[in-house]
Amino acid sequence: MKRKFLTTPYMLWMLIFTIIPLILVFYFSFFESGPDGIKFTTEYIERVFEPIYLKVIFRSFALAVISTIFCLVLGYPMAMILASRELKRRDFLIVLFVVPMWMNFLARTYAWMTLLENNGIINQILMALSLPTISILYTDKAVILGMVYNFLPFMVLPIYSVLSKIDRSIIEAAEDLGANPLRTFFKVIFPLSLPGVLSGIIMVFMPAVTTFVISRLLGGGQYMLIGNLIEQQFLTTGDWGFGSSLSLILMLILLLTMGIMSKTDKDREGGRFF
Amino acid sequence: MKSFLMRSYTFLIFFFLYAPILVLMLFSFNESKSRGHWGGFTLKWYVELFQDSQIVSALYYTVTIAIIASIVATIIGTLAAIGLTNMRGLPKVITLNLTYLPLLSPDIVMGISLMLLFIFVKLNLGFLTMLLAHITFSLPFVIFSVLPKLRQISEDTYNAALDLGATPFEAYKKVILPQISPGIVTGFLLAFTMSIDDFVVSFFTTGSGVSNLAISIYSMARRGINPKINALLTLMFICIMLLLVFVNYRMSKEDNKERRVDN
Repeated sequence: MKRKFLTTPYMLWMLIFTIIPLILVFYFSFFESGPDGIKFTTEYIERVFEPIYLKVIFRSFALAVISTIFCLVLGYPMAMILASRELKRRDFLIVLFVVPMWMNFLARTYAWMTLLENNGIINQILMALSLPTISILYTDKAVILGMVYNFLPFMVLPIYSVLSKIDRSIIEAAEDLGANPLRTFFKVIFPLSLPGVLSGIIMVFMPAVTTFVISRLLGGGQYMLIGNLIEQQFLTTGDWGFGSSLSLILMLILLLTMGIMSKTDKDREGGRFF
Repeated sequence: MKSFLMRSYTFLIFFFLYAPILVLMLFSFNESKSRGHWGGFTLKWYVELFQDSQIVSALYYTVTIAIIASIVATIIGTLAAIGLTNMRGLPKVITLNLTYLPLLSPDIVMGISLMLLFIFVKLNLGFLTMLLAHITFSLPFVIFSVLPKLRQISEDTYNAALDLGATPFEAYKKVILPQISPGIVTGFLLAFTMSIDDFVVSFFTTGSGVSNLAISIYSMARRGINPKINALLTLMFICIMLLLVFVNYRMSKEDNKERRVDN
Protein backbone atom coordinates (compact mmCIF):
# COMPACT_ATOMS: atom_id res chain seq x y z
CA MET A 1 0.00 0.00 0.00
CA LYS A 2 2.02 2.93 -1.22
CA ARG A 3 -0.33 5.79 -0.66
CA LYS A 4 1.85 8.33 1.09
CA PHE A 5 0.71 11.21 -1.13
CA LEU A 6 -2.70 11.01 0.55
CA THR A 7 -1.19 12.86 3.52
CA THR A 8 -0.13 15.77 1.31
CA PRO A 9 -3.36 17.82 1.60
CA TYR A 10 -3.28 17.34 5.36
CA MET A 11 0.37 18.32 5.68
CA LEU A 12 -0.25 21.43 3.57
CA TRP A 13 -3.25 22.30 5.70
CA MET A 14 -1.35 21.93 8.93
CA LEU A 15 1.59 23.91 7.54
CA ILE A 16 -0.67 26.83 6.60
CA PHE A 17 -3.02 26.78 9.58
CA THR A 18 -0.84 25.54 12.44
CA ILE A 19 2.85 26.06 11.74
CA ILE A 20 2.71 29.42 9.97
CA PRO A 21 0.37 30.97 12.58
CA LEU A 22 2.79 29.91 15.34
CA ILE A 23 5.67 31.40 13.36
CA LEU A 24 3.65 34.61 13.13
CA VAL A 25 3.25 34.68 16.92
CA PHE A 26 7.01 34.33 17.16
CA TYR A 27 7.53 37.00 14.50
CA PHE A 28 5.29 39.57 16.15
CA SER A 29 7.00 38.97 19.50
CA PHE A 30 10.43 39.86 18.19
CA PHE A 31 10.05 42.02 15.11
CA GLU A 32 8.56 45.39 14.54
CA SER A 33 7.98 47.18 11.25
CA GLY A 34 8.76 50.86 11.62
CA PRO A 35 9.27 53.60 9.04
CA ASP A 36 12.79 52.33 8.34
CA GLY A 37 11.93 48.69 7.68
CA ILE A 38 11.61 45.65 9.90
CA LYS A 39 13.80 45.50 12.95
CA PHE A 40 14.47 43.10 15.79
CA THR A 41 13.26 44.07 19.25
CA THR A 42 13.10 42.52 22.69
CA GLU A 43 10.96 45.35 24.00
CA TYR A 44 7.74 43.28 24.04
CA ILE A 45 9.29 40.30 25.77
CA GLU A 46 10.81 42.64 28.37
CA ARG A 47 7.41 44.19 29.01
CA VAL A 48 6.03 40.77 29.99
CA PHE A 49 8.42 40.84 32.93
CA GLU A 50 7.27 44.21 34.25
CA PRO A 51 5.89 43.90 37.80
CA ILE A 52 2.22 44.56 36.96
CA TYR A 53 2.18 41.85 34.31
CA LEU A 54 4.24 39.44 36.39
CA LYS A 55 1.59 39.87 39.06
CA VAL A 56 -1.13 38.83 36.58
CA ILE A 57 0.90 35.81 35.46
CA PHE A 58 1.56 34.87 39.07
CA ARG A 59 -2.12 35.16 39.94
CA SER A 60 -3.11 32.97 36.96
CA PHE A 61 -0.73 30.27 38.10
CA ALA A 62 -1.74 30.56 41.74
CA LEU A 63 -5.45 30.22 40.92
CA ALA A 64 -4.76 27.32 38.57
CA VAL A 65 -2.70 25.55 41.25
CA ILE A 66 -5.42 26.06 43.87
CA SER A 67 -8.11 24.79 41.49
CA THR A 68 -5.99 21.79 40.55
CA ILE A 69 -5.51 20.90 44.23
CA PHE A 70 -9.26 21.19 44.86
CA CYS A 71 -9.97 19.01 41.82
CA LEU A 72 -7.49 16.40 43.03
CA VAL A 73 -8.81 16.33 46.60
CA LEU A 74 -12.45 16.18 45.49
CA GLY A 75 -11.83 14.03 42.44
CA TYR A 76 -9.63 11.25 43.79
CA PRO A 77 -12.28 9.80 46.15
CA MET A 78 -14.84 10.10 43.34
CA ALA A 79 -12.55 8.18 40.98
CA MET A 80 -12.04 5.52 43.66
CA ILE A 81 -15.78 5.14 44.13
CA LEU A 82 -16.36 4.90 40.37
CA ALA A 83 -13.62 2.28 40.11
CA SER A 84 -14.71 0.24 43.14
CA ARG A 85 -16.10 -3.20 42.46
CA GLU A 86 -18.87 -2.82 45.01
CA LEU A 87 -20.51 -0.22 42.81
CA LYS A 88 -23.72 -1.25 41.13
CA ARG A 89 -24.58 0.12 37.71
CA ARG A 90 -21.14 1.59 37.21
CA ASP A 91 -21.43 2.22 33.45
CA PHE A 92 -24.56 4.25 33.97
CA LEU A 93 -22.91 6.39 36.65
CA ILE A 94 -19.91 7.04 34.44
CA VAL A 95 -22.08 8.20 31.54
CA LEU A 96 -23.96 10.40 34.01
CA PHE A 97 -20.65 11.80 35.17
CA VAL A 98 -19.54 12.65 31.64
CA VAL A 99 -22.80 14.25 30.46
CA PRO A 100 -22.31 17.72 32.01
CA MET A 101 -18.94 17.85 30.28
CA TRP A 102 -20.69 17.72 26.94
CA MET A 103 -22.60 20.83 27.70
CA ASN A 104 -20.96 23.99 26.49
CA PHE A 105 -18.61 25.26 29.20
CA LEU A 106 -19.93 28.78 28.76
CA ALA A 107 -23.34 27.45 29.67
CA ARG A 108 -22.01 25.84 32.82
CA THR A 109 -20.17 28.97 33.84
CA TYR A 110 -23.26 31.04 33.12
CA ALA A 111 -25.27 28.73 35.36
CA TRP A 112 -23.00 29.65 38.26
CA MET A 113 -23.44 33.34 37.51
CA THR A 114 -27.16 32.97 38.03
CA LEU A 115 -26.68 30.93 41.21
CA LEU A 116 -24.15 33.23 42.85
CA GLU A 117 -25.80 36.58 42.19
CA ASN A 118 -26.66 38.71 45.19
CA ASN A 119 -30.34 37.86 44.82
CA GLY A 120 -29.54 34.53 43.21
CA ILE A 121 -30.88 31.16 44.20
CA ILE A 122 -28.22 30.27 46.75
CA ASN A 123 -28.82 33.48 48.65
CA GLN A 124 -32.61 33.04 48.40
CA ILE A 125 -32.27 29.65 50.05
CA LEU A 126 -29.89 31.01 52.70
CA MET A 127 -32.29 33.84 53.46
CA ALA A 128 -35.22 31.46 53.69
CA LEU A 129 -33.24 29.51 56.28
CA SER A 130 -32.34 32.84 57.93
CA LEU A 131 -28.63 32.17 57.44
CA PRO A 132 -26.15 34.88 56.48
CA THR A 133 -25.99 35.41 52.70
CA ILE A 134 -22.79 35.10 50.68
CA SER A 135 -21.48 37.47 48.05
CA ILE A 136 -18.65 35.75 46.27
CA LEU A 137 -19.55 36.58 42.66
CA TYR A 138 -16.80 38.72 41.08
CA THR A 139 -14.14 37.53 43.54
CA ASP A 140 -11.27 35.01 43.42
CA LYS A 141 -13.50 32.46 45.14
CA ALA A 142 -16.08 32.50 42.36
CA VAL A 143 -13.34 32.07 39.74
CA ILE A 144 -11.88 29.09 41.61
CA LEU A 145 -15.35 27.60 42.00
CA GLY A 146 -15.95 27.99 38.26
CA MET A 147 -12.65 26.31 37.44
CA VAL A 148 -13.24 23.40 39.82
CA TYR A 149 -16.76 22.93 38.48
CA ASN A 150 -15.66 22.98 34.84
CA PHE A 151 -12.52 20.89 35.14
CA LEU A 152 -13.33 18.33 37.85
CA PRO A 153 -14.19 15.59 35.27
CA PHE A 154 -10.77 16.06 33.65
CA MET A 155 -9.24 14.99 36.96
CA VAL A 156 -11.63 12.16 37.78
CA LEU A 157 -11.64 10.34 34.43
CA PRO A 158 -7.90 9.68 33.98
CA ILE A 159 -7.55 8.61 37.63
CA TYR A 160 -10.59 6.38 37.27
CA SER A 161 -9.19 4.77 34.13
CA VAL A 162 -5.91 3.90 35.87
CA LEU A 163 -7.56 2.73 39.10
CA SER A 164 -9.95 0.41 37.29
CA LYS A 165 -7.01 -1.32 35.59
CA ILE A 166 -5.11 -2.09 38.82
CA ASP A 167 -4.81 -5.83 39.31
CA ARG A 168 -6.99 -6.81 42.29
CA SER A 169 -4.55 -9.52 43.32
CA ILE A 170 -1.90 -6.93 44.14
CA ILE A 171 -4.24 -5.26 46.62
CA GLU A 172 -5.25 -8.65 48.03
CA ALA A 173 -1.60 -9.56 48.43
CA ALA A 174 -1.01 -6.39 50.47
CA GLU A 175 -3.98 -7.24 52.66
CA ASP A 176 -2.85 -10.85 53.09
CA LEU A 177 0.56 -9.64 54.16
CA GLY A 178 -1.10 -7.70 56.98
CA ALA A 179 -1.30 -4.15 55.67
CA ASN A 180 -4.23 -2.16 57.00
CA PRO A 181 -6.45 -0.31 54.48
CA LEU A 182 -4.62 2.99 55.02
CA ARG A 183 -1.23 1.38 54.45
CA THR A 184 -2.52 -0.49 51.41
CA PHE A 185 -3.72 2.78 49.98
CA PHE A 186 -0.54 4.78 50.51
CA LYS A 187 1.92 2.00 49.68
CA VAL A 188 0.09 0.22 46.85
CA ILE A 189 -2.96 1.92 45.35
CA PHE A 190 -1.82 5.54 45.30
CA PRO A 191 1.64 4.89 43.78
CA LEU A 192 0.04 2.71 41.09
CA SER A 193 -2.45 5.46 40.24
CA LEU A 194 0.21 8.16 39.83
CA PRO A 195 0.16 8.16 36.00
CA GLY A 196 -3.57 8.93 36.12
CA VAL A 197 -3.04 11.63 38.75
CA LEU A 198 -0.35 13.25 36.60
CA SER A 199 -2.46 13.37 33.46
CA GLY A 200 -5.37 14.62 35.54
CA ILE A 201 -3.21 17.43 36.89
CA ILE A 202 -2.06 18.38 33.38
CA MET A 203 -5.60 18.30 32.01
CA VAL A 204 -6.95 20.55 34.76
CA PHE A 205 -3.98 22.87 35.05
CA MET A 206 -3.65 23.64 31.31
CA PRO A 207 -7.14 25.04 30.69
CA ALA A 208 -7.22 26.67 34.14
CA VAL A 209 -4.10 28.72 33.44
CA THR A 210 -5.20 29.82 29.99
CA THR A 211 -8.88 30.54 30.57
CA PHE A 212 -10.24 34.01 29.99
CA VAL A 213 -13.94 33.16 29.99
CA ILE A 214 -14.35 31.91 33.56
CA SER A 215 -12.43 34.89 34.89
CA ARG A 216 -14.40 37.34 32.79
CA LEU A 217 -17.84 35.97 33.68
CA LEU A 218 -17.30 35.03 37.33
CA GLY A 219 -14.51 37.49 38.13
CA GLY A 220 -16.10 40.53 36.52
CA GLY A 221 -14.98 42.98 33.85
CA GLN A 222 -11.90 44.22 35.68
CA TYR A 223 -10.58 40.77 36.61
CA MET A 224 -7.25 39.97 34.96
CA LEU A 225 -5.71 36.59 34.31
CA ILE A 226 -3.08 35.99 31.65
CA GLY A 227 -5.83 34.85 29.25
CA ASN A 228 -7.71 38.12 29.74
CA LEU A 229 -4.50 40.07 29.24
CA ILE A 230 -3.85 38.29 25.93
CA GLU A 231 -7.45 38.77 24.81
CA GLN A 232 -7.25 42.46 25.66
CA GLN A 233 -4.07 42.95 23.62
CA PHE A 234 -5.65 41.49 20.51
CA LEU A 235 -9.24 42.65 20.73
CA THR A 236 -9.10 45.95 22.64
CA THR A 237 -5.65 47.52 22.61
CA GLY A 238 -4.51 46.08 19.31
CA ASP A 239 -1.00 45.58 20.68
CA TRP A 240 -0.07 42.44 18.74
CA GLY A 241 3.58 42.52 19.76
CA PHE A 242 2.83 42.40 23.47
CA GLY A 243 -0.04 39.93 23.02
CA SER A 244 2.19 37.60 21.00
CA SER A 245 4.97 37.86 23.58
CA LEU A 246 2.54 36.96 26.37
CA SER A 247 1.30 33.95 24.36
CA LEU A 248 4.84 32.86 23.63
CA ILE A 249 5.88 33.02 27.29
CA LEU A 250 2.68 31.23 28.33
CA MET A 251 3.32 28.41 25.85
CA LEU A 252 6.94 28.09 26.95
CA ILE A 253 6.00 27.81 30.62
CA LEU A 254 3.26 25.27 29.85
CA LEU A 255 5.53 23.16 27.65
CA LEU A 256 8.15 23.19 30.39
CA THR A 257 5.67 22.16 33.10
CA MET A 258 4.24 19.41 30.90
CA GLY A 259 7.69 18.24 29.94
CA ILE A 260 8.68 17.88 33.60
CA MET A 261 5.38 16.17 34.42
CA SER A 262 5.43 13.67 31.57
CA LYS A 263 9.03 12.76 32.38
CA THR A 264 7.69 11.37 35.63
CA ASP A 265 4.79 9.76 33.79
CA LYS A 266 6.85 7.14 32.04
CA ASP A 267 4.22 4.76 30.77
CA ARG A 268 1.53 6.75 29.04
CA GLU A 269 -1.27 4.59 30.39
CA GLY A 270 -2.99 7.41 32.21
CA GLY A 271 -3.41 9.61 29.19
CA ARG A 272 -6.44 7.80 27.87
CA PHE A 273 -9.78 9.37 28.33
CA PHE A 274 -12.42 6.86 27.51
CA MET B 1 -21.09 2.35 56.96
CA LYS B 2 -18.54 2.46 54.16
CA SER B 3 -21.14 2.12 51.47
CA PHE B 4 -23.23 4.83 53.12
CA LEU B 5 -20.26 7.20 52.98
CA MET B 6 -19.61 6.25 49.37
CA ARG B 7 -23.20 6.86 48.42
CA SER B 8 -23.38 10.23 50.17
CA TYR B 9 -20.15 11.39 48.56
CA THR B 10 -21.32 10.29 45.11
CA PHE B 11 -24.60 12.09 45.68
CA LEU B 12 -22.84 15.30 46.75
CA ILE B 13 -20.53 15.34 43.74
CA PHE B 14 -23.36 14.63 41.32
CA PHE B 15 -25.45 17.29 43.01
CA PHE B 16 -22.57 19.73 42.53
CA LEU B 17 -22.32 18.78 38.85
CA TYR B 18 -26.02 18.81 38.03
CA ALA B 19 -27.63 21.39 40.33
CA PRO B 20 -26.60 24.42 38.27
CA ILE B 21 -27.77 22.82 35.03
CA LEU B 22 -31.08 21.74 36.50
CA VAL B 23 -31.73 25.17 38.00
CA LEU B 24 -30.97 26.71 34.65
CA MET B 25 -33.37 24.39 32.86
CA LEU B 26 -36.08 24.88 35.46
CA PHE B 27 -35.91 28.66 35.14
CA SER B 28 -36.28 28.48 31.37
CA PHE B 29 -39.96 27.79 32.16
CA ASN B 30 -40.25 30.70 34.57
CA GLU B 31 -42.87 33.31 33.71
CA SER B 32 -41.13 36.04 35.70
CA LYS B 33 -38.06 37.62 34.14
CA SER B 34 -36.30 38.22 37.46
CA ARG B 35 -34.94 34.96 38.57
CA GLY B 36 -35.38 35.23 42.32
CA HIS B 37 -38.93 34.11 42.32
CA TRP B 38 -41.08 31.70 40.42
CA GLY B 39 -43.78 33.45 38.44
CA GLY B 40 -45.52 30.41 37.02
CA PHE B 41 -44.95 28.04 34.14
CA THR B 42 -44.48 29.40 30.64
CA LEU B 43 -43.04 28.40 27.28
CA LYS B 44 -42.77 31.98 26.07
CA TRP B 45 -38.98 32.11 26.24
CA TYR B 46 -38.83 29.21 23.81
CA VAL B 47 -41.05 31.15 21.41
CA GLU B 48 -39.15 34.40 21.86
CA LEU B 49 -35.90 32.54 21.36
CA PHE B 50 -36.81 31.75 17.77
CA GLN B 51 -38.00 35.31 17.14
CA ASP B 52 -34.66 36.72 18.23
CA SER B 53 -32.88 37.31 14.92
CA GLN B 54 -29.44 37.34 16.57
CA ILE B 55 -29.94 33.87 18.08
CA VAL B 56 -31.49 32.43 14.92
CA SER B 57 -28.58 33.62 12.79
CA ALA B 58 -26.12 32.31 15.40
CA LEU B 59 -27.86 28.94 15.28
CA TYR B 60 -27.67 28.95 11.50
CA TYR B 61 -23.94 29.72 11.48
CA THR B 62 -23.20 27.19 14.22
CA VAL B 63 -24.88 24.34 12.36
CA THR B 64 -23.67 25.32 8.88
CA ILE B 65 -20.08 25.66 10.00
CA ALA B 66 -20.24 22.43 12.01
CA ILE B 67 -21.56 20.48 9.01
CA ILE B 68 -19.11 21.87 6.44
CA ALA B 69 -16.13 21.77 8.82
CA SER B 70 -16.72 18.20 9.92
CA ILE B 71 -17.25 16.95 6.33
CA VAL B 72 -14.06 18.62 5.06
CA ALA B 73 -12.09 17.51 8.13
CA THR B 74 -13.36 13.95 7.73
CA ILE B 75 -12.26 13.79 4.09
CA ILE B 76 -8.81 15.32 4.58
CA GLY B 77 -8.30 13.47 7.86
CA THR B 78 -9.28 10.04 6.52
CA LEU B 79 -6.99 10.42 3.51
CA ALA B 80 -4.19 11.51 5.84
CA ALA B 81 -4.76 8.55 8.14
CA ILE B 82 -4.58 6.12 5.20
CA GLY B 83 -1.38 7.77 4.03
CA LEU B 84 0.01 7.77 7.56
CA THR B 85 -0.30 4.00 8.00
CA ASN B 86 1.93 3.60 4.96
CA MET B 87 4.60 5.91 6.29
CA ARG B 88 7.65 4.77 8.23
CA GLY B 89 10.39 6.40 10.26
CA LEU B 90 10.95 10.12 10.53
CA PRO B 91 8.12 11.35 8.25
CA LYS B 92 5.66 9.36 10.31
CA VAL B 93 7.01 10.75 13.59
CA ILE B 94 6.85 14.29 12.22
CA THR B 95 3.28 13.89 10.96
CA LEU B 96 2.08 12.36 14.23
CA ASN B 97 3.67 15.11 16.31
CA LEU B 98 2.18 17.72 13.99
CA THR B 99 -1.20 16.12 14.72
CA TYR B 100 -0.62 16.31 18.48
CA LEU B 101 0.34 19.99 18.28
CA PRO B 102 -3.19 21.47 18.06
CA LEU B 103 -4.36 19.11 20.80
CA LEU B 104 -1.62 20.28 23.14
CA SER B 105 -1.51 24.00 22.45
CA PRO B 106 -3.93 26.12 24.48
CA ASP B 107 -7.14 27.21 22.74
CA ILE B 108 -6.38 30.85 23.19
CA VAL B 109 -3.00 30.54 21.46
CA MET B 110 -4.60 28.66 18.57
CA GLY B 111 -7.27 31.38 18.35
CA ILE B 112 -4.92 34.35 18.32
CA SER B 113 -2.36 32.70 16.03
CA LEU B 114 -5.04 31.92 13.43
CA MET B 115 -6.37 35.44 13.79
CA LEU B 116 -2.89 36.79 13.11
CA LEU B 117 -2.64 34.61 10.01
CA PHE B 118 -6.00 35.71 8.61
CA ILE B 119 -5.30 39.39 9.21
CA PHE B 120 -1.76 38.97 7.85
CA VAL B 121 -3.03 37.60 4.52
CA LYS B 122 -5.80 40.25 4.53
CA LEU B 123 -8.66 37.78 4.72
CA ASN B 124 -11.74 39.45 6.20
CA LEU B 125 -12.66 37.84 9.51
CA GLY B 126 -16.06 36.18 9.20
CA PHE B 127 -17.70 33.00 8.02
CA LEU B 128 -14.79 31.69 5.92
CA THR B 129 -12.11 32.30 8.54
CA MET B 130 -14.17 30.68 11.28
CA LEU B 131 -14.79 27.69 9.01
CA LEU B 132 -11.07 27.30 8.24
CA ALA B 133 -10.28 27.48 11.96
CA HIS B 134 -12.87 24.84 12.78
CA ILE B 135 -11.54 22.45 10.14
CA THR B 136 -8.06 22.93 11.62
CA PHE B 137 -8.94 21.94 15.19
CA SER B 138 -11.21 19.09 14.01
CA LEU B 139 -8.57 17.34 11.90
CA PRO B 140 -6.63 15.64 14.75
CA PHE B 141 -9.85 14.15 16.14
CA VAL B 142 -10.69 12.55 12.79
CA ILE B 143 -7.18 11.19 12.35
CA PHE B 144 -7.04 9.69 15.84
CA SER B 145 -10.44 8.04 15.29
CA VAL B 146 -9.55 6.50 11.92
CA LEU B 147 -5.95 5.43 12.68
CA PRO B 148 -6.81 2.65 15.19
CA LYS B 149 -9.29 1.14 12.72
CA LEU B 150 -6.64 1.10 10.00
CA ARG B 151 -4.19 -0.65 12.32
CA GLN B 152 -6.69 -3.43 12.90
CA ILE B 153 -7.09 -4.46 9.27
CA SER B 154 -4.47 -6.57 7.60
CA GLU B 155 -2.74 -5.68 4.37
CA ASP B 156 -3.56 -9.13 2.98
CA THR B 157 -7.17 -8.32 2.20
CA TYR B 158 -6.05 -5.33 0.17
CA ASN B 159 -3.42 -7.40 -1.66
CA ALA B 160 -5.96 -10.15 -2.26
CA ALA B 161 -8.27 -7.63 -3.93
CA LEU B 162 -5.37 -6.49 -6.15
CA ASP B 163 -4.53 -10.12 -7.05
CA LEU B 164 -8.13 -10.68 -8.01
CA GLY B 165 -7.83 -7.86 -10.52
CA ALA B 166 -9.15 -4.82 -8.64
CA THR B 167 -7.50 -1.49 -9.33
CA PRO B 168 -5.96 0.14 -6.23
CA PHE B 169 -8.83 2.63 -6.16
CA GLU B 170 -11.44 -0.16 -6.31
CA ALA B 171 -9.60 -2.08 -3.64
CA TYR B 172 -9.72 0.93 -1.34
CA LYS B 173 -13.37 1.61 -2.05
CA LYS B 174 -14.57 -1.98 -1.71
CA VAL B 175 -12.18 -3.45 0.85
CA ILE B 176 -10.56 -0.83 3.07
CA LEU B 177 -13.29 1.81 3.29
CA PRO B 178 -16.07 -0.47 4.58
CA GLN B 179 -13.76 -1.74 7.29
CA ILE B 180 -12.72 1.67 8.57
CA SER B 181 -16.15 3.31 8.21
CA PRO B 182 -17.03 3.06 11.95
CA GLY B 183 -13.87 5.06 12.73
CA ILE B 184 -14.76 7.60 10.06
CA VAL B 185 -18.26 8.06 11.49
CA THR B 186 -16.89 8.44 15.03
CA GLY B 187 -14.36 10.98 13.77
CA PHE B 188 -17.06 12.91 11.96
CA LEU B 189 -19.28 13.00 15.06
CA LEU B 190 -16.36 14.09 17.27
CA ALA B 191 -15.47 16.85 14.82
CA PHE B 192 -19.11 17.91 14.70
CA THR B 193 -19.48 18.15 18.49
CA MET B 194 -16.15 19.97 18.81
CA SER B 195 -17.28 22.51 16.24
CA ILE B 196 -20.75 23.00 17.79
CA ASP B 197 -19.17 23.45 21.22
CA ASP B 198 -16.30 25.73 20.37
CA PHE B 199 -16.04 29.18 21.82
CA VAL B 200 -12.46 30.34 22.20
CA VAL B 201 -11.15 29.72 18.69
CA SER B 202 -14.35 31.03 17.10
CA PHE B 203 -14.25 34.13 19.26
CA PHE B 204 -10.90 35.20 17.79
CA THR B 205 -11.42 34.10 14.19
CA THR B 206 -14.81 35.58 13.45
CA GLY B 207 -15.97 39.08 12.70
CA SER B 208 -18.44 41.25 10.77
CA GLY B 209 -21.61 40.07 12.47
CA VAL B 210 -20.97 36.36 12.10
CA SER B 211 -21.25 34.65 15.48
CA ASN B 212 -22.03 31.17 16.73
CA LEU B 213 -24.19 30.16 19.68
CA ALA B 214 -21.31 30.13 22.17
CA ILE B 215 -20.31 33.67 21.21
CA SER B 216 -23.95 34.80 21.54
CA ILE B 217 -24.20 33.26 25.00
CA TYR B 218 -20.99 34.99 26.00
CA SER B 219 -22.14 38.42 24.86
CA MET B 220 -25.62 37.95 26.33
CA ALA B 221 -24.22 36.75 29.66
CA ARG B 222 -22.00 39.80 29.88
CA ARG B 223 -24.89 42.15 29.21
CA GLY B 224 -26.97 40.60 31.97
CA ILE B 225 -29.04 37.54 32.73
CA ASN B 226 -31.63 36.69 30.10
CA PRO B 227 -34.19 33.86 30.38
CA LYS B 228 -33.90 33.28 26.63
CA ILE B 229 -30.40 31.90 27.22
CA ASN B 230 -31.85 29.38 29.67
CA ALA B 231 -34.28 28.19 27.02
CA LEU B 232 -31.49 28.01 24.46
CA LEU B 233 -29.23 26.06 26.82
CA THR B 234 -32.01 23.63 27.71
CA LEU B 235 -32.50 22.88 24.02
CA MET B 236 -28.75 22.48 23.51
CA PHE B 237 -28.53 20.15 26.50
CA ILE B 238 -31.26 17.94 25.05
CA CYS B 239 -29.52 17.86 21.64
CA ILE B 240 -26.17 16.95 23.24
CA MET B 241 -27.85 14.19 25.24
CA LEU B 242 -29.41 12.72 22.10
CA LEU B 243 -26.11 12.88 20.23
CA LEU B 244 -24.30 11.31 23.16
CA VAL B 245 -26.78 8.46 23.41
CA PHE B 246 -26.32 7.86 19.67
CA VAL B 247 -22.49 7.86 19.87
CA ASN B 248 -22.54 5.62 22.92
CA TYR B 249 -24.87 3.20 21.17
CA ARG B 250 -22.53 3.07 18.17
CA MET B 251 -19.45 2.51 20.33
CA SER B 252 -20.99 -0.28 22.39
CA LYS B 253 -22.15 -1.94 19.17
CA GLU B 254 -18.60 -1.81 17.84
CA ASP B 255 -17.19 -3.11 21.10
CA ASN B 256 -19.50 -6.10 20.93
CA LYS B 257 -18.46 -6.79 17.36
CA GLU B 258 -14.78 -6.67 18.30
CA ARG B 259 -15.32 -8.93 21.26
CA ARG B 260 -17.06 -11.44 19.05
CA VAL B 261 -14.12 -11.38 16.64
CA ASP B 262 -11.66 -11.82 19.51
CA ASN B 263 -13.47 -14.88 20.73
